[in-house]
Amino acid sequence: MNPELQGRVFEPTAPYLVGREKIREFARAVFATSPLNHDPEAAVAAGYSDIVAPPTFPVVIQESTLAQLLAEPDAGIDFTRVVHGDQRFSYTRPIVAGDELTAVLNVASIKSLGGHSMVTAESTITDASGAHVVTAISTLVVRGDE
Amino acid sequence: MADLNLEKGQIVAETTFSITRDSLVRYAGASGDFNPIHYRDDVATSVGLPGVLAHGMLTMGFAIQPVVDWIGDSGKVLDYQVRFTRPVLVDAVVGASVTVVARVGSIDDDVARIDLTVTYGEQTVLGKAQARVSLV
Repeated sequence: MNPELQGRVFEPTAPYLVGREKIREFARAVFATSPLNHDPEAAVAAGYSDIVAPPTFPVVIQESTLAQLLAEPDAGIDFTRVVHGDQRFSYTRPIVAGDELTAVLNVASIKSLGGHSMVTAESTITDASGAHVVTAISTLVVRGDE
Repeated sequence: MADLNLEKGQIVAETTFSITRDSLVRYAGASGDFNPIHYRDDVATSVGLPGVLAHGMLTMGFAIQPVVDWIGDSGKVLDYQVRFTRPVLVDAVVGASVTVVARVGSIDDDVARIDLTVTYGEQTVLGKAQARVSLV
């Protein structure tokens, strides 16, 4: 893949409105049974404005930034050779229903290792006021020719 | 609220999850990851895999839940990271059984690092699986 991608910052994604039913759907899919993920009254009692998204929910928003990376004409990334190496979420505050979130992708690093390439993609997710919510960091391994 | 007289190495939660093909389809829809290696045997085997695999992000997603249930608030997870080291093969008939053990890795004032051991068929499937959780 193209080493000049390192340091590239992409256009912000279109705002994503976090819906209550989307959080519930995602929560059911990851076996999250906490009332804070499902019941608005329980969430408000715990001090939140609405139900809280499970910790890995930002992947839904990060997905659109990784699509930008794979679609970049000069990236040279063959999607069929991509393997997810590792993943991290670093929070300033949890996501709640009603948040309108925007993500900016930054290609933090590109490394070559034994014929494979490793790209670290950082998606910085902010709310409608521009305040930081969470950063999602993925390392993708692009397998070389066998 | 969890008992917060914590000691390093203490097990705070332990849960076994039963994953089926239905779980994978549900996660595909919820997350938007429709890679067919997670629901089609023919596609999985054509790219050299032994069969349909669970999404790594599904395993990451449920592996934190015992910690969330222990601490009582998913908003107290400040940071969560994993490395995907081995795949979870999900049989069409019997599914897959994945066990999560959560231990205290370190304590620093009001934040604990919780280390997760996630195993499938006697082997760990996540490496360096760690969450930092707020204790206040």
